[in-house]
Amino acid sequence: MYNAKAVVAGIIIFVVLCTSPFWAGRTGQDYKKTGIVPPGDEKNCVENVTFMRAQHMRLLNEWRDEALRKENRTYIAADGKKWIISLQNTCLKCHSNYKDFCQKCHVANSVDPYCWTCHIIPGENK
Amino acid sequence: MNNSRRSFLKAAGLSVCALSGGIADVAGFPAAARAGIAPGRYGKGENALRAKRWAMVIDTRKFCGPQDYEPLVEACRAAHNVPHIKGPQEIKWFWTDSYEHGFPDDMNEHLNKNVRESAYPLLCNHCGSPPCARVCPTQATYQMEDGIVAMDYHRCIGCRFCMAACPYGARSFNFKDPRKFLPDPVPNPAFPTRMIGVVEKCTFCAERLAAGQMPACVEASQGRILFGDLEDPDSTARQALAAGYSIRRKPSLGTRPGVYYLI
Ligand code: SF4
Ligand code: SF4
Repeated sequence: MYNAKAVVAGIIIFVVLCTSPFWAGRTGQDYKKTGIVPPGDEKNCVENVTFMRAQHMRLLNEWRDEALRKENRTYIAADGKKWIISLQNTCLKCHSNYKDFCQKCHVANSVDPYCWTCHIIPGENK
Repeated sequence: MNNSRRSFLKAAGLSVCALSGGIADVAGFPAAARAGIAPGRYGKGENALRAKRWAMVIDTRKFCGPQDYEPLVEACRAAHNVPHIKGPQEIKWFWTDSYEHGFPDDMNEHLNKNVRESAYPLLCNHCGSPPCARVCPTQATYQMEDGIVAMDYHRCIGCRFCMAACPYGARSFNFKDPRKFLPDPVPNPAFPTRMIGVVEKCTFCAERLAAGQMPACVEASQGRILFGDLEDPDSTARQALAAGYSIRRKPSLGTRPGVYYLI
């Protein structure tokens, strides 16, 4: 190969640059850095916290489809506890501090879910 | 040289394939994602009211004029945070109109005065063959097992095909942010509002049925609207239909409306 050194170095730099977001994400950033205040002294959400931290949006999507399409409006969690499927009336009853919980983490992660154009934020009237 | 380029391309192709498969896996797109993420189970509430096909029977003989329907209209508005907007951009879930407008295919010129001049409450008919659900490109409108034609506002893209398809004018489009027309606080803080750009309509109070309550308008009607299972001959709705003369809106279109009017 001509200019093997430069080509290989170039390829390596290219790959590192392209994958840099993945590496940056693995540098041990932790949810605590966002400064969120979890509600009360509960140890678990509907499921355990690690699952909820990573998957709450997928769980919410699944809840929405089950409740709205199949009329399954009750969720029986892995620990056997029953929950009424409702973002506004179940999730937000516990997570009642929108600014210090939902918002802080969403802002820190640059995500902008538009739940609140329809669902009512606790403490706000509409 | 040629040979090594060939094997380089092969290896590169294979690794791209493997990599993209891996990425899809991380992002959760393969079959496993569709099977459900939650470790728990789903079910219906203990008090949930159930039916094979929900239907409504409105005893219009027991109402005298539009003012009699006013409390029902308000009950519906309050239960679902339906805004008051005047004019053609009005949001309608449950409203009243004349016989002529509600039942335009009745050709009887000599219908008795009482029937012809009464006001009629109109709402989504939760059709057995709903044209609105057929045309919705995103499945934001769909028919559920119990016959209720429901909407998932999350999926509505506001194309308004359904409004063109519904022969009853039962759907309204949010031309403006509905929250601007709602009081603060909203009438029912337990129910969401809608947003600009989506279509909305009556839900037969699916959320109330799930909690063991009758629809808001039925409750406010003090027995003058019956709500029950059309497939159960013993239901109050079926008994009322058997005992009186009932009509439906535009039955000739074949949509099989689920709202009956006793006249
Ligand atoms: S009345 Fe209109 S909106 Fe309701 S189910 Fe029938 S076609 Fe759809
Ligand atoms: S406006 Fe919304 S509900 Fe109606 S057809 Fe389009 S996507 Fe479906």
